[in-house]
Amino acid sequence: MRRIVLWAMSTLTVLVLLFSYHTSTSSTVVATAETRSGSSTTRSGSSSSSSSSSSSSSGTSNSGNTSGTSGSSGSGSSGSGSSSKTVAGDEVMTRYGVVQVQITVAGGKITAADALQVPDQDRRDQMINSQAVPVYNTETVDAQSAQIDVVSGATYTWEGYTQSLQSAIDKANL
Amino acid sequence: MMSTMTVAPERKAWVEQVMGMPISIHLRGQGVEGEATARAVADAFATLREMDSIFSTYKEDSQLLRLRREEVAIEDCSPLVREALAIGEEAERVTRGAFTTLLPTATGDLAFDPTGLVKGWAVDLAARRLTGLPGLSYCINAGGDLLVGAHADLPRTGPGSISWRVGIEDPRDRTRIASTLELTEGAVATSGTAARGAHLYDPRTREMVSRSGSVTVTGPELVWADIWATALFVGDADTRDAFSRYAPDYLSTEL
Repeated sequence: MRRIVLWAMSTLTVLVLLFSYHTSTSSTVVATAETRSGSSTTRSGSSSSSSSSSSSSSGTSNSGNTSGTSGSSGSGSSGSGSSSKTVAGDEVMTRYGVVQVQITVAGGKITAADALQVPDQDRRDQMINSQAVPVYNTETVDAQSAQIDVVSGATYTWEGYTQSLQSAIDKANL
Repeated sequence: MMSTMTVAPERKAWVEQVMGMPISIHLRGQGVEGEATARAVADAFATLREMDSIFSTYKEDSQLLRLRREEVAIEDCSPLVREALAIGEEAERVTRGAFTTLLPTATGDLAFDPTGLVKGWAVDLAARRLTGLPGLSYCINAGGDLLVGAHADLPRTGPGSISWRVGIEDPRDRTRIASTLELTEGAVATSGTAARGAHLYDPRTREMVSRSGSVTVTGPELVWADIWATALFVGDADTRDAFSRYAPDYLSTEL
């Protein structure tokens, strides 16, 4: 399986671990914020299966093209803002770096999921993330509507995403 | 939805970094906050870490790497090392060579690398720490491969049973969950190239497999679900034939 790549990844892993091996349990980082989610690091859930260019390093700001799920991410000042809130999940360390997910909750449902942090270790990761993150964001919303507890068939990045998402869900008491 | 008779199960999740990835333990049922629960979860993570300290391929002082450098003899290693060798040999035999623990190293040599079975096996062992918690169902999720189980006092079907809905990622259109399955106990392992490009090694051609798609295997133990998912993904008709013969408790789905 995927573990065979462990060979090639080992050097990177050591580097990454040295860097940010810090969040170990789900109870470490707690950050609940009010709806003003549009901080400059937010990546919106644009569903275009974009090429590797769009998600270059940290400063990427939310684009306008949210995937129709809601107006609650980024700049959209949503009318339902009064009842929606955002909850940031734990920072989760993956083989590629730190992943952190934020969800927007309205009426007891997840209406949006954004990756606050994704690894930008190298071009390869950027490529992975530029494809993966929007997809994951969409999936989160979809998966929730289907009431899925866990997902099988995933990468480490996905796993990190799932973990952070799970912690966000736990904190939101959904 | 559930009837009002049923008390909604409590839920709690823990995550730790083990084996280079976050592994999560999810509990549902009554009593997720108990002291015994916290101890059992800690024990389960301790088991995972112990397995990592023995079998890590990137911690230089792991028993596996010391064994490979011939700094220690196998007799001096944990009995688990010998057991890993045995599982690996059996896996190679029953999968008709589609699964192996002899993998090419960076220098092109072949070396004993049980990584392909250690994760699932470690999760199986860790789960033993959780099965004794009355009223609780657990799910251990290690990188998309997972194991679900529950205390013997919980029914496996009908009222009072706690089931987990597992979404299987669509390997070709990752915006979708291709299928879902629901289980109260058992393992789910998915192997494929969808997630990160070619990364499955075919021992017979000695090359990385570049086909797309994925194979999901369910069954009682994660170690074998995982081995078979890998083998069926790279294997041919021979391997599929062996699967139906040697693994009657396991089911595979190809996507």
